[in-house]
Amino acid sequence: MPEPGRALPQPTPETQHFWAGTQAGELRLQRCDACGKVYFPPRPFCPACASRNVSVFKASGKAILDSYVIHHRRVPGFEPPYAIAVVKLAEGPRMMTNIVECPQTPEALVLDMKLDVVFEKQNDTITLPFFRPAKG
Amino acid sequence: MPHNTVAVVGAAETTKLGVIPDVSQIQLHADAALNAMADCGLKPKDIDGVATAGETPVQIAHYLGITPTWVDGTSVGGCSFMIHVRHAAAAIEAGLAKTILVTHGESGRSGIGRIPRPVPASSLNGQFEQPFGPMGPPSLFPIPVLRYMKTYGVTHEQIAMVSVVQREWAAKNPRATFRDPITVEDVLGSRMIAYPFRLLQCCLVTDGGGALILTSADRAKDFPTKPVYILGTGESVETPMVSQMESFTSSRAFSVAGPTAFREAGIAHKDVDHLMIYDAFAHLPLFGLEDLGFVPRGEAGRFIAERNTAPGGTLPLNTNGGGLSYMHSGMYGMYALQESVRQMRGVAPAQIPGAKISVCHGVGGMFAASGTIIFSNQAP
Repeated sequence: MPEPGRALPQPTPETQHFWAGTQAGELRLQRCDACGKVYFPPRPFCPACASRNVSVFKASGKAILDSYVIHHRRVPGFEPPYAIAVVKLAEGPRMMTNIVECPQTPEALVLDMKLDVVFEKQNDTITLPFFRPAKG
Repeated sequence: MPHNTVAVVGAAETTKLGVIPDVSQIQLHADAALNAMADCGLKPKDIDGVATAGETPVQIAHYLGITPTWVDGTSVGGCSFMIHVRHAAAAIEAGLAKTILVTHGESGRSGIGRIPRPVPASSLNGQFEQPFGPMGPPSLFPIPVLRYMKTYGVTHEQIAMVSVVQREWAAKNPRATFRDPITVEDVLGSRMIAYPFRLLQCCLVTDGGGALILTSADRAKDFPTKPVYILGTGESVETPMVSQMESFTSSRAFSVAGPTAFREAGIAHKDVDHLMIYDAFAHLPLFGLEDLGFVPRGEAGRFIAERNTAPGGTLPLNTNGGGLSYMHSGMYGMYALQESVRQMRGVAPAQIPGAKISVCHGVGGMFAASGTIIFSNQAP
């Protein structure tokens, strides 16, 4: 029997656009057309002003490393130690993710370092957004 | 809510604490409830209100043989019991019930009769946090810590002192799980769990329970126990996802619940003789001290490292040893409340001489929820 992999999301009608976006290589956020608030996680109304007039847009994929832990216990689909990170997207919202193409050490994982989104296909329906150190 | 009109008249923990493989979770609730009823001379027929978390009020009322006119099943994590006390005080004042029982029991270590709490893959947590490798509170609760440390220049050594000082309190408590002294070097040399936090900065996992019985201050005079009055209360919630907190240097839920309780009580920080801040992990007392306004932003690490909260300090904090050394079943808030009540009754193992006001501050989830209760032993 293969080792169980990481926990995968089960999209709902309200989050489908986000997961369709990652499959298409886009990080999709929502913006309120009434008050301009950019927000995450997805929902079909603005959490700031309750307007239902909201739009989905393609985010820049740029972020900074806001905070993290380096987890040392075993979790299916992960090889410890690995960082569980929260990044602050250029558009404002925060998002949990993993940092790839980077040593999983306090020395390499410097708060406020610039990051770019990358997408990693998990199966035919789910692609996850990760972040790597920005190049240049 | 007018304060000082409701009092705790019964309070008890389970007969045993720690590793209790021969008692199921619901019986831990019942054992604590029976002890609390014995504490104040009541029987199940005398109870007309039931509040609990983990189990439902239906389970508890049926199991104990209670016919309630009021129930509260608020279940928002470890501070649920602070919120139950707040709701119970309001219910007693409103005449919805006269004598309310709040119970907690959790087979956190042995897992006997424990109700699983899975994270559905379709929930927001399941979609936007679980895929990135968290495994329970030790992997999620400390996520804000590095940002907090960078913002205020707080050191690993200062945070390690939280565990050291609380072990000093635990050493005075015969019921505490861990009582041997530890040093900063011990803390920073213990096994890494989730950097920056190591084993000695994470709470215990044990079995146990506790229960409180509340009634009106007028009726409280007729009980055999010394009444502990509810002076002020507060509650709030923020987000089920730690990644979606408004700030990583402050808890919004703390910042609402704590000041609400202080306003209601009409007291100042200098009036506080004793303080409990739910410490599932070592940064929680830091956030609590700052969000409740005991120290300026960024000063809590220095405040604790300079022994202000230690035995002999000006602000005794987590005097039972806390979740880090006393016990932690999973929803620890009940044990913080029990210690506040003991301090107000004057019977705590590490009793603060002459203490008149105790603040008890709880957290639920990963900064998801908060409840604050301010107690006094002074008759209204």
